Amino acid sequence: MTITVKLFATLRAYHDKIFELAMPEASTVEAVVTHLELPANDIAIIMINGRGAKMDAKLEEGDVLALFPPVGGG
Amino acid sequence: MEQFIRVDMTTQQVTSGPLPEKYVGLGGRALTSNFVNDEVKPTCHALGKNNKLIFAPGLLSGTSAPNSGRLSVGAKSPLTGTIKECNTGGLFSQKMAKMGIKAFVVEGKPADDKFYIIKIDMNGVSIEEAPESILGGCGNYEAIQILNEKYGAKVGIALAGPAGEHRLPSANISFKDPESNIRSAGRGGLGAVMGSKNVKAIIIDDAGAKPVPVADPEKFRAAAKIFAKALLDHPVAGQGLAAYGTDVLVNILNEAGGLPAHNFTAGRIDYNDNFSGETMNALITERGGDGKVSHGCHPGCIIRCSQWYPDKKGKYITSGFEYETVWGLGADAGIKDFDAIAYIDRAMDDVGVDSIEIAVAVATAMEGGLIPWGDGEAVLQIVKDMAKPTPLARIIAGGCAIVGKLCGLYRVPVVKDQAIPAYDPRAVKGIGLTYATTPMGADHTAGYCISGNILKVGADIDPLKKDGQIEYARAMQIGTAAVDSTGMCLFVYFGIADNPGGYQALIDMINAQYGINLTAADVDKLGESVLKVERDFNKRAGFTNAHDRLPEFMEYEPIEPHNVVWDFTPEEIDEVYNF
Repeated sequence: MTITVKLFATLRAYHDKIFELAMPEASTVEAVVTHLELPANDIAIIMINGRGAKMDAKLEEGDVLALFPPVGGG
Repeated sequence: MEQFIRVDMTTQQVTSGPLPEKYVGLGGRALTSNFVNDEVKPTCHALGKNNKLIFAPGLLSGTSAPNSGRLSVGAKSPLTGTIKECNTGGLFSQKMAKMGIKAFVVEGKPADDKFYIIKIDMNGVSIEEAPESILGGCGNYEAIQILNEKYGAKVGIALAGPAGEHRLPSANISFKDPESNIRSAGRGGLGAVMGSKNVKAIIIDDAGAKPVPVADPEKFRAAAKIFAKALLDHPVAGQGLAAYGTDVLVNILNEAGGLPAHNFTAGRIDYNDNFSGETMNALITERGGDGKVSHGCHPGCIIRCSQWYPDKKGKYITSGFEYETVWGLGADAGIKDFDAIAYIDRAMDDVGVDSIEIAVAVATAMEGGLIPWGDGEAVLQIVKDMAKPTPLARIIAGGCAIVGKLCGLYRVPVVKDQAIPAYDPRAVKGIGLTYATTPMGADHTAGYCISGNILKVGADIDPLKKDGQIEYARAMQIGTAAVDSTGMCLFVYFGIADNPGGYQALIDMINAQYGINLTAADVDKLGESVLKVERDFNKRAGFTNAHDRLPEFMEYEPIEPHNVVWDFTPEEIDEVYNF
């Protein structure tokens, strides 16, 4: 399956800010993070298609996965 | 001695005495809101002689506690008609605290139309006529330079900008920051209240003041150290805010579908990286010159969420360039050029208007056909014209509710006539409860539910669902009212929300300073009491639960991409203040 990955803030140091990625069917967020060799401990906010998700969430064809380090404002 | 100073502008009499007994133990918002509720006639006209303007440092201001230099300013708001507490950085709070001044009140109204300067130093308070050079359209940046020359580079300054002189409902009070740039007590038109009392500037000179007395210095130092570590160790308070500023939220809210766009008709845009926090960081770094990625708005700030944003040649344009301003002009009003937004931000600081109210009013005016969508040059000119002001500038500076009414619109994003800031309540439901119920009118800082809804700091609540939101919005508003009374920057919340030791250290600092034994439960009670006092004022001013509602269009216009509406019932909303 193909998903779109979006990276933000410090995570942009590792890859482009947005790219498509081929992964095995039903891969988890964690599997994507491992595959991309991203620092898992630095990932604080996960969204799939704009909805909050956890590391164990399974992805589907066409999903947009957004990963953020801990950031905040107000 | 703890002093309580009143300046009556009707008689130009100054009264200075000890802090009234009933205010002992209060500071910041707790003090300003109790005072306004006690002494301001709730039904008075906010620009008439019966309104009173009060400035109060927080409980910890003036000490070595990190991030304790915030000032509370209170009055009845000319924008909302409610009670108002506005919070700002700058130099005022710490100087007042060091001089032992717990509060400073400006009341009455001169019979003449001259503008005055109030000067406070260790010899007392004096009132003098404001020089012509800072009146009649002189911008705040220049006025600060003129006043620095007259009174000395180290003094603190509060200014009613040109917008305040003209008593425009979105006028803020502008405060000199450590580098003589500008911080703002932004929301609710308190600059118009200052202008209505013909006070152009307040100068505070703490030369000769002694350090703030601390009952148990050793205990205080130990607690301050733990507290500082809690802030610096937290990835948001210690690193994220310094690197990206609050503007980092552009991409997060955009991704979450909660970035209000095109006058609240969409929750996402496709040009977000034109002005995201990541782009701000990269541009400041690349342009160099005066640019600074991180900057503190008051001495002793270790979070450093502010920055200096330079132009293409590296020359300073603006600082304290906040997410809400960038969102409002960028996403809501469709101005796609980051530098254009920066110049408008500078112009708003210079004329002295609330950058949230103006940005949202501008987007509403664009829907109403008064300004072309996305036209940054037109907006810049209108903001500059607020110094004259031209009729169009007056209309926009009247705020979003007035613009909506004049344009015959129903889609007017306000609560109690104050513009809704940068988080769409349909897609981030917790913050909608804060907007609806806070005594301030729509105000994200009154109970920042974005934290647990989106940022996953302090709680983990689904922003698209109602579950848990009522209790969360209640707890956040109570906690905020307490923090606003300490003189602490609200961003300390990020450092202590998930760190009980850091929270205890905050309480320990207050206890060590005053030689008291507050518990966490006492702090909650303080927050509750502040909100009850504020609600009481609003009730006596004529506000009811029916005013605690979001604009109706949000109930029937779904917002993309999640296709959601605002679906809390009136009964559910009213539960927030059931305590």
